[in-house]
Amino acid sequence: MSFAVEVSQLTKTFKRAAALDAVSFTIGRGECVAVLGQNGSGKSTLVRLLSTLLLPDGGSARVFGHDVVRDERAVKRLVNRVSVEASFFKKMSARENLAYAARFYGLTPRTTRAQIPEILGRVGFPVERSDAPMEDLSRGMQQKVALARALLTSPTLLLLDEPTTGLDPRSRREVQDFIREVRATHDTTTLLCTHDMREAETLADRVGILDRGRLLALEPPEALRRRYGAGDLEDAFMAATGHAYADEIVEAA
Amino acid sequence: MAALRHQGIALVGVVERNTYLVKRYGMWEVAFFLWTIANTLTIVFIADGVKASGGHLNVERQTTILLIGAVLWAYLGIVFEILTETVAWERWEGTIEYTFMAPLARSVHLGGMGLFAVLYGVLRTAALFAVVALFFGLSFPHADFGAALLLLAVASVSFVGIGMVTAVLPLISPEKGAQLGFIAQGFLLVVSGVYYPVSVLPEWMQWLSTVSPATYALEGIRAAVLDGAGVSDVWDDLWPLLLLGVVSIPLGLAVFRAGERYAKRHGKLKRSG
Repeated sequence: MSFAVEVSQLTKTFKRAAALDAVSFTIGRGECVAVLGQNGSGKSTLVRLLSTLLLPDGGSARVFGHDVVRDERAVKRLVNRVSVEASFFKKMSARENLAYAARFYGLTPRTTRAQIPEILGRVGFPVERSDAPMEDLSRGMQQKVALARALLTSPTLLLLDEPTTGLDPRSRREVQDFIREVRATHDTTTLLCTHDMREAETLADRVGILDRGRLLALEPPEALRRRYGAGDLEDAFMAATGHAYADEIVEAA
Repeated sequence: MAALRHQGIALVGVVERNTYLVKRYGMWEVAFFLWTIANTLTIVFIADGVKASGGHLNVERQTTILLIGAVLWAYLGIVFEILTETVAWERWEGTIEYTFMAPLARSVHLGGMGLFAVLYGVLRTAALFAVVALFFGLSFPHADFGAALLLLAVASVSFVGIGMVTAVLPLISPEKGAQLGFIAQGFLLVVSGVYYPVSVLPEWMQWLSTVSPATYALEGIRAAVLDGAGVSDVWDDLWPLLLLGVVSIPLGLAVFRAGERYAKRHGKLKRSG
């Protein structure tokens, strides 16, 4: 079987603290994998390593067979990302920001003139506001533009790093619905990092638990609940990370 | 061929984005232009001041010498500022990770920034030159502006190469790196005879002036504007500029790539979170 993502013993350390500690897993083509973890657990580091924004200290990561270090340019063509911060040139409009991002992926002005309004419409962004500066848009609207930016480039691996954190319930649901739509209509593999257990359970085929840089489990939600004898994913997460802390205390002693 | 086309579109994208930003910050651009005029006037008035205090000099010629120095100072300021913004502005906006994860050759990325910096810098400084020349009623009966522009264009290759080196500094020091562009600009011009002949400098500074592209740009442009020197007359200034250009672009790219690797190794690309 060919994997969309193959991560083997991936390690990243910042100032002697392990952000990722020998993490290994695979993601199948078209699969959606969610990774749960507390702040500082290593989720964003994992996303940055897969998107070539960090260099690993050890191990390897491959995206559709391309090594993220050696075949950086090939990986970049396949990957796009939506992060918790909807980062844009705030004085520029949604249309201008999207056009700027699209050029880097080889999309001509003629192509983007047609595609930008279409994709903004699909993510539920009011197209009549596409010429307003980003700074005049709500956080929810900015995040929809961030989704549009990622999808405009037709990524085969979509990295979602807490895409709904900080959004109001309506905006969160709209973003989640759009992620579902993308999965249903595109040949896209998705890695979703989130704090939202319900989001992980409803969107992902498998759910991983990352704790202090270590991947404790990666299984379908039902199997994860069974493994930890938990009624829901939140209890499973608490049980998993609680055991890990207890182990550390024993080891330290 | 497809890859080349892709990179060509990306280069247009970099120029396009900078054009959007100039448009969106239009009033700020006007304010900075007025500041540059005021700054240039403070320098160019020195010729009148020397005469008023009893000095003997050809005021019009000296005014033009100072004007060319001040205009090149302003031009370098624009080129270095735009190139330094390759990282600094994107870091501030938080967009840098999206730009750096895009399949864009770094040479094209920096080349696009350099191309915009040169085009915009030439327009801004040509306007500055015209405004200040009109203010002083300067005339240039013998000037060969074509040769002057050619010298500036060739010198700009080196300036962009040096600008690539300064562009990496905000990656290494996010807080202070951007300011180091001004230091590079100052050092480059102080050894190049920006408002005075290089011959008045101490010997070690004169040696440094031989490896500064600004030296040849200033010397050649002054000869073209003041004495009507044509392209063949300024060849002695042109060939060192060509040589420095050939060296500085690969050097600038190599330094930037090393800085990028350092930032990716130590997690310096991200702004926060």
